[in-house]
Amino acid sequence: MIFESLAEKLQKTLGKLKGKGKLSEKDVNNAMREVKLALLEADVNFKVVKKFINNVKERAVGHEVMESLTPGQQVIKIVNEELTKLMGETQSKIEFASSPPTIIMLCGLQGAGKTTTSGKLAGLFKKNGKTPLLVACDIYRPAAIKQLQVVGSSIGIPVFSMGDKQNPVNIAKAAIEYGKKNGNDVIIIDTAGRLHIDEDLMNELENIKDEVKPHEILLVVDAMTGQDAVTVAETFDNRLGIDGVILTKLDGDARGGAALSIRAVTQKPIKFVCMGEKLEQIEPFHPDRMASRILGMGDVLSLIEKA
Amino acid sequence: EKTRKGITEKVDTILKSYQKIDEELFEELEEVLITADMGVNTTMRIIEDLKDKVKEKKIKEVFEIRELLKEELKEILTDVESDNKINIEPSPAIILVVGVNGVGKTTTIGKLAYRLKKEGKKVLIAAGDTFRAAAIDQLQEWANRAGVEIIAHKEGSDPAAVIFDGIQAAKARKADVLICDTAGRLHNKKNLMNELNKIFRIVEREFSEATREVLLVVDATTGQNAIMQAKVFKEACDITGIVLTKLDGTAKGGVVLAVQSELNVPVKLVGVGERIEDLQDFDPQNFVEAIFAE
Ligand SMILES: Nc1nc2c(ncn2[C@@H]2O[C@H](COP(=O)(O)OP(=O)(O)OP(=O)(O)O)[C@@H](O)[C@H]2O)c(=O)[nH]1
Ligand SMILES: Nc1nc2c(ncn2[C@@H]2O[C@H](COP(=O)(O)OP(=O)(O)OP(=O)(O)O)[C@@H](O)[C@H]2O)c(=O)[nH]1
Ligand SMILES: [Mg+2]
Ligand SMILES: [Mg+2]
Repeated sequence: MIFESLAEKLQKTLGKLKGKGKLSEKDVNNAMREVKLALLEADVNFKVVKKFINNVKERAVGHEVMESLTPGQQVIKIVNEELTKLMGETQSKIEFASSPPTIIMLCGLQGAGKTTTSGKLAGLFKKNGKTPLLVACDIYRPAAIKQLQVVGSSIGIPVFSMGDKQNPVNIAKAAIEYGKKNGNDVIIIDTAGRLHIDEDLMNELENIKDEVKPHEILLVVDAMTGQDAVTVAETFDNRLGIDGVILTKLDGDARGGAALSIRAVTQKPIKFVCMGEKLEQIEPFHPDRMASRILGMGDVLSLIEKA
Repeated sequence: EKTRKGITEKVDTILKSYQKIDEELFEELEEVLITADMGVNTTMRIIEDLKDKVKEKKIKEVFEIRELLKEELKEILTDVESDNKINIEPSPAIILVVGVNGVGKTTTIGKLAYRLKKEGKKVLIAAGDTFRAAAIDQLQEWANRAGVEIIAHKEGSDPAAVIFDGIQAAKARKADVLICDTAGRLHNKKNLMNELNKIFRIVEREFSEATREVLLVVDATTGQNAIMQAKVFKEACDITGIVLTKLDGTAKGGVVLAVQSELNVPVKLVGVGERIEDLQDFDPQNFVEAIFAE
């Protein structure tokens, strides 16, 4: 496990200092090299890592080492606090419109998990007493509409579709009309997967946005994404002004450095995480859990908490 | 249009800004490799090798570094026992397509079926994803587009039984190639990996005479997790090749270098879009050039 190697390496670099005195610049520099490598292995974006390391260095140099901790643990504690801070201190929720319906649009790269997550969100809202409507705006992927219909029917949520011959902008517009008439207080728009560099399809999203003015535009991101996550998120944010991020496939063993990178670069909150293919597998985001996951050191942290 | 501009621009810019070969230059090259998702270990190994070569060959000029680095990467990509060609000769052949969720398995099967059919092969596909919503309809649509036959059961049925039927049908209809879709699964899910292993064993037992290819599909946007994916899938079903999809984006897919050097499984195909023609043979030369593109 990376956790052991990182913790071990930090102990080795800093172990000679026994729980007294201050962290010197040299000690911190050595420790930061190990932290840097661990973050890169966790897929945190290169530029984000550099900036982060500088911040931590500033804070750590000259820091008193607590009696109860080894210097290695002390550094981990600081790193974790800074990571958590960067990740957004509290969990965010969906902002519901003061006059319904609340319109939510999901977007993202191909295969990220938009259609599945649309269903998950609808199910979640239904449990909280809302009457959601799902909207099938993916007219490109084979059987995308059918997929959303199967998802919808398995959790008893209506799906609005107009087949794959209509323009997604028109479909979205008609869906809002339909939802208003039928008393749906949350409308969730599933869009086709697209590359952030695909001009035509990015225009399409802008047009949907202009037409239906969603209250929440959420970017769905696969937790396994590597260094490119930042470019993708920045582009979607620049084009659409996203309101938040949903991180999927966290039931895997990817460390999920993409989460940190996106948060650091766009400043947009991660609102939910998805933990499986089943439709109830969605949870609110916990910044602290994500921070320790990225460094892979849950156990070390609970030790430190107790100290 | 979705094209990569300025091949090798980035490295050239770096190289132009240096008068001599020094530690800082190597650090910048390191960055290029890391941002391509090659990972710390592979990057370090490459840079160390590069340094050795510079010393050994007594290289003084900065511009010579570039070719050297490219050679190094190409070596890794071509240094495998089997080659980068997809192995379906002699007929009959079976291609099992596996991978984590949403990477592009079903789409790749559509593209591959289309290509093989155009080459004059009789192709049959089996809808081994009975789990995901409308996965069968999706594959059916690809079968229609490619103009090939499909063996499918109902959603929720046993995937191993579908593959079994696919094999029987391939034999009866004298198909040249049977391509099997499977449900996306994360490699850390024990039960799902066991299910895949069961499918693999059915292929071995029921179609032992067939030329066998097991393709792991990897999304080019994937980071370091792809290494674990490849390791675990290799254990479960002995993957023989990698398909790298979504290379039409800005992600470089550099993690396949790590996969290839650690596991010795060659990249065979690349996906460059969502259309049926958007499948290409893997070309190490192009791939390496693209890593250095801006
Ligand atoms: N393990 C796991 N799989 C997930 C999760 N979310 C989605 N998936 C799977 O990921 C794959 C892709 O999900 P979709 O919902 O079709 O993704 P999409 O973004 O709508 O895909 P496109 O419409 O093709 O762009 C499917 O196999 C889903 O079952 C998750 O949290 N965990
Ligand atoms: N841009 C681009 N998109 C691709 C490529 N290959 C597949 N896709 C898209 O990626 C998404 C997922 O593709 P699928 O073929 O459904 O992936 P899968 O691995 O079968 O997914 P599951 O069965 O849900 O695990 C779809 O929107 C495809 O159109 C590619 O090479 N480039
Ligand atoms: Mg979808
Ligand atoms: Mg599939």
